[in-house]
Amino acid sequence: MKQRKWGLIILGLVIFFIVITFPFWYGKGKTSPPVLRLDTPAIAPLKDKRCVEDVSFMRESHMKLLDAWRNESVREGKRLYTAKDGRTFEKSLSGACLKCHSNKEQFCDRCHNYLGAKPSCFSCHNVPGEVKK
Amino acid sequence: MTTNRREFLKIVGVSAISLIAPAIVCPAWGKEKVIPVNELPNALSPSKALTAKRWAMAIDASKCPADCVDCIAACHTTHNVPDFGNRKDEVKWIWQENFAAAFPNESHTYLGKSLQKQPLPVLCNQCANPPCVRVCPTKATFQRQDGIVMMDYHRCIGCRLCMAACPYGARSMNYRDPRPFITRINPDYPTRTKGVVEKCNFCEERLAKGLGPACVLACKENALVFGDMENPQSEIRLLLEKRFTLRRRASLGTKPQIYYIV
Repeated sequence: MKQRKWGLIILGLVIFFIVITFPFWYGKGKTSPPVLRLDTPAIAPLKDKRCVEDVSFMRESHMKLLDAWRNESVREGKRLYTAKDGRTFEKSLSGACLKCHSNKEQFCDRCHNYLGAKPSCFSCHNVPGEVKK
Repeated sequence: MTTNRREFLKIVGVSAISLIAPAIVCPAWGKEKVIPVNELPNALSPSKALTAKRWAMAIDASKCPADCVDCIAACHTTHNVPDFGNRKDEVKWIWQENFAAAFPNESHTYLGKSLQKQPLPVLCNQCANPPCVRVCPTKATFQRQDGIVMMDYHRCIGCRLCMAACPYGARSMNYRDPRPFITRINPDYPTRTKGVVEKCNFCEERLAKGLGPACVLACKENALVFGDMENPQSEIRLLLEKRFTLRRRASLGTKPQIYYIV
């Protein structure tokens, strides 16, 4: 009696584990991370292709950086950002980020769509070039 | 299955260890990733920005020609203010009122006809004691050091308490997506989105670039004077020395900072 009970419990656990990991092994290899395109007219002539901060920081923390930027520029009036290497930038999504990354569909949207992230930045902020003339 | 005290304590112990284990095995998991303080942007203020201790505006309405809307047009195109085409959804930063509507306490039956018909440009009064700031539950509306009562649209939840609190009707709600109703979007200023309240910001984004407010520069009659109230030599202070001025519904205690010469 006791032996059979443990057998059922383990079988149940195995089924449970298979079901909750289903999306991971089923989807494996079917999608690949998007390749982000950096060949915009503003980036191409740059000798040192360096964003505001280094690539790994931007990839991981751009949302935190933008969040800090928006609070500081709107609420504290501090509109200039000094990067770790001493360069200064205007804290502006449309006026700084999108000046280089003018290919929003190939850059921002591709990764956000892949990850299912839905930032609402562009419901207010303008995308240069997309603006109705 | 009965559990004695010893078994129970064992289970509790193992559970406690399993909770701490991830932080010991890989310390990065245990920490929330935040930008360290020394990496936070260390901002500078640009030298050309216009600054003041207390921004204010004087409006000489007697200079306003009858059908002139230059200040309104300039403001609304600069700030991407939508035109929904009906009074119910109207969004306005600066608009016109007649004397009786702008100054209900100073108006009476025998007021001169010309004064009664005179349209007055009205806008957010940038109150020194702003009721909208006091009622905002998210601090989306706040008062800057230089007196500008400003909106942080990122934080606005569209509760409209500020609209109820403002005695001047200077705030407008976007009941619909405003983008299709903007004839020509100014790419240098964001639009708003559905569910957000908006109002005049004294052109703080232009002041930061060293430019005066759009309405002041658009006025050909120089009816609008913008300046620092704390500076006795400023144009606005010299004007207030000479002329009698009224403020809208000042008895409410909001300390409005738009001064009218009528």
